[in-house]
Amino acid sequence: MTGAPDAALALRVEDLSVSVGGRRVLAQVSFTLAPGELCGLIGANGSGNTTLLRSLLGFVAPSGGTIRLGGDGARRLGYLPQKVSVDPFMPLRARDVVALGLDGHRLGLPLPSRQRRARVDAALAAVSAEAFADRRIGTLSGGQQQRVFIAHALVRRPQLLLLDEPLASLDPSSATEIATLLRRISRDTGIAVLMSAHEINTLVPVMDRVIYLAGGRAAAGPVAEVIRSDVLSRLYGHHIDVLDVHGRILVVPAPGAGHDHTHVTRVP
Amino acid sequence: MIAGIFASSWVAGSIVAVLAGVIGFFVVLRGSVFAAHALPLGAFPAVAAARLWGLDLLATVLAFSVLGAAVVAALSRRTRRDIATALWLVLMLGAGELILSRLQGYSRAVYGLFFGQLLGVTPADLHMIAGVGAVAVVLVLIAFRPLLLSGLSADLAAVAGVPAGLLDLVFLTLVALAAAAALPAVGALLAFSLMVGPASAARMVCDRPLPGLALSVALALATVWGALLLASATGWPVGFFVGVAGLGLYVAGRLAGRGYAPLRR
Amino acid sequence: MLGLLPVGFLDSAPVQHALVIGGFAAVVAALVGVPTLLRGQAFVTDALAHVSSAGGALAPLIGINALGGFVLMSLAAALGLEAAPPRQRAERDLQTGAVFGAGLGVAALFLYLDVTLPGGSGNAVGVLFGSVFLLGASDILPAALAGGAALALLALYLRPMLLASLDPDLAAVQGVRLRRVGLAHLAALTLAIGLAAMTVGAVLSTALLVAPAAAALVLTDRPARALMLAAGLGLAGMWGGILMAWQSYVWTAGHAWPASFCIVAVLIGLNLAATLGRGLWRLGRRGAA
Ligand SMILES: Nc1ncnc2c1ncn2[C@@H]1O[C@H](COP(=O)(O)OP(=O)(O)O)[C@@H](O)[C@H]1O
Ligand SMILES: [Mg+2]
Repeated sequence: MTGAPDAALALRVEDLSVSVGGRRVLAQVSFTLAPGELCGLIGANGSGNTTLLRSLLGFVAPSGGTIRLGGDGARRLGYLPQKVSVDPFMPLRARDVVALGLDGHRLGLPLPSRQRRARVDAALAAVSAEAFADRRIGTLSGGQQQRVFIAHALVRRPQLLLLDEPLASLDPSSATEIATLLRRISRDTGIAVLMSAHEINTLVPVMDRVIYLAGGRAAAGPVAEVIRSDVLSRLYGHHIDVLDVHGRILVVPAPGAGHDHTHVTRVP
Repeated sequence: MIAGIFASSWVAGSIVAVLAGVIGFFVVLRGSVFAAHALPLGAFPAVAAARLWGLDLLATVLAFSVLGAAVVAALSRRTRRDIATALWLVLMLGAGELILSRLQGYSRAVYGLFFGQLLGVTPADLHMIAGVGAVAVVLVLIAFRPLLLSGLSADLAAVAGVPAGLLDLVFLTLVALAAAAALPAVGALLAFSLMVGPASAARMVCDRPLPGLALSVALALATVWGALLLASATGWPVGFFVGVAGLGLYVAGRLAGRGYAPLRR
Repeated sequence: MLGLLPVGFLDSAPVQHALVIGGFAAVVAALVGVPTLLRGQAFVTDALAHVSSAGGALAPLIGINALGGFVLMSLAAALGLEAAPPRQRAERDLQTGAVFGAGLGVAALFLYLDVTLPGGSGNAVGVLFGSVFLLGASDILPAALAGGAALALLALYLRPMLLASLDPDLAAVQGVRLRRVGLAHLAALTLAIGLAAMTVGAVLSTALLVAPAAAALVLTDRPARALMLAAGLGLAGMWGGILMAWQSYVWTAGHAWPASFCIVAVLIGLNLAATLGRGLWRLGRRGAA
């Protein structure tokens, strides 16, 4: 499914369709992502966020469409799974987890090298995790672990970073902090970031583009062009209002339209 | 003569301890405790068959252990892994009973296979233990980082290109290899105890993988040496001391780890 | 129907005792096995079964019934597990493993003492593998008491056990006392293990609990049906195994296969048949659709 590299883009997805367990989850999803861009993947629970990310990783075989990775053609992907449940007694420090992101696939014992250490330190610094770099991973808070796993994904210098709900289970201020951090990383390093979320408002200030999933289909583009009443109404197939309440976006179905798509608070 | 037997059992016990300390570290880290119990015991009919029909012990045990690893890995795709493991285990134990019932000295043989005969290790056993043990330890050290990464998260390992299914099979085979080496000396039941106790204490004390591995080996060695001394002093079975020390190490680890995270409901 | 059985089979007193006590033990074990597997405790079952061998070896030393020894020792191990239960699955397995190892060490000691001390039975194999044909009339009362107690616990606590296995948090919200239900389950489990150990020996008793229940849970999702199916499969496995052991005397010209092996073989065969049958039925349905 991965075609020839496309120099200017980090990722080009065309007409991607995916079925899981005999059910069509994604239908003809298309979007592009340029290096250095941060893109939010927004959809209610069960709308296919995880499925889309896992098909980009090659874990799920698409039933149609193409996925093209840009750059030099090498598949360098960073990934943060939706749930990493860490064994609290895992004998690994935060920096060991990051080091496993660098060479966890290599055989043989890890030989200490200055270069290896420098890259691990740089990745830890990029997510501001220096303060707890030497602590056992299982003793860190959810937000701290999230940073460490982002560093794990970053340390191999991926061209594309896929994050599955990196902000879920974080309090609002940590969520904003991580979102800002990701924004900075993508700008500074030219890594394209695709991150899913159920709630749009935390991401609005940081994202360049948005992919909005509903009913298996997607609307993609700059925030101002997608989060609009006419676009979302077409996507859902019935009337949707997009309200701006004191700077917060509310996506509300018209009365009697069935499902409640209101995105006001984060869906746990 | 007595001193000679004791010396060879000392060497055999030490090799088995190193092996169990290394493999056990990953057994605990990857949560494969049930497999570590079932695979050694699953090789039980192999030992019986080798004795009855005069087959090569090592080859037979290896074949059965690898078969067990493959069957459990394959069955757990259709049913839950713990159920698959339990069913495989009882089938093998039943088969072992059938084969053993054909043997003279049935009762002694059963006892030896279950609880080991560390005080009766022959030079031939010793060569086998050393050879298989060395291969298993080298394989674990080669697969060190992929084993750690997939123990941390299967998804993250997959992204890094680690073949999870293959690694799982390799690991179960390593457990089986360790069991094969340990079986004549400490028996199927105590090989398991030696894998769990030292490693579970070591991971609580060390927060880095390599020192944790080293401590696990050191504790396993201390356990075996202490058990051998006590056994020769009291005349009681070595396995009793190994088993009790294993529980003691586990409890000590739990106490040491109290500060880390809420363990209890 | 009865005419199909081999001549003399039902007239033999050991066979009669085996059929009655073994059949009862198999039904109790299969019934207890269903909530046990739903609670994900196949490993705990196996661990307690192996540890119970220490009790079997201890019993002749202190002059109690073997069943009492099996139950005593596995109950002690179960209480050890329940004393400080860890939350995570992997941690529970580890704790089970540690207690298991110690229990086996004790078993090694008692079996050794059994062989060396005066008054010991000297019968290590009997404890580990047992034989259903060695049961006698004196075993009926203890078996009935243990089995009755296990069934009573099951009847009292089955619903909360099932609820707690599906969703412990929901069960707690609904007022289920998880701790008490866990204890009741472990008590029923140790009694069932003791009964099973009495008939097929300590290390094979897992088979009576796991194989029929696993087959039943492959065939149906409904707890009530699963219980009935498991009991039926357990009984079929036990009686089939006893018949097979009896017949093996003829097949092997007098060498007779161990009864415990036969029972385990039939139980596993039934389990495989159930799994395969279910798979074929699904395939057929998919083909028809
Ligand atoms: N393994 C699976 N088997 C069957 N259906 C699945 C599986 N995984 C996901 N699905 C279905 O696919 C849909 C999308 O799931 P997912 O991508 O996880 O959603 P999200 O991440 O947006 O919450 C859901 O309706 C879910 O029920
Ligand atoms: Mg998801």
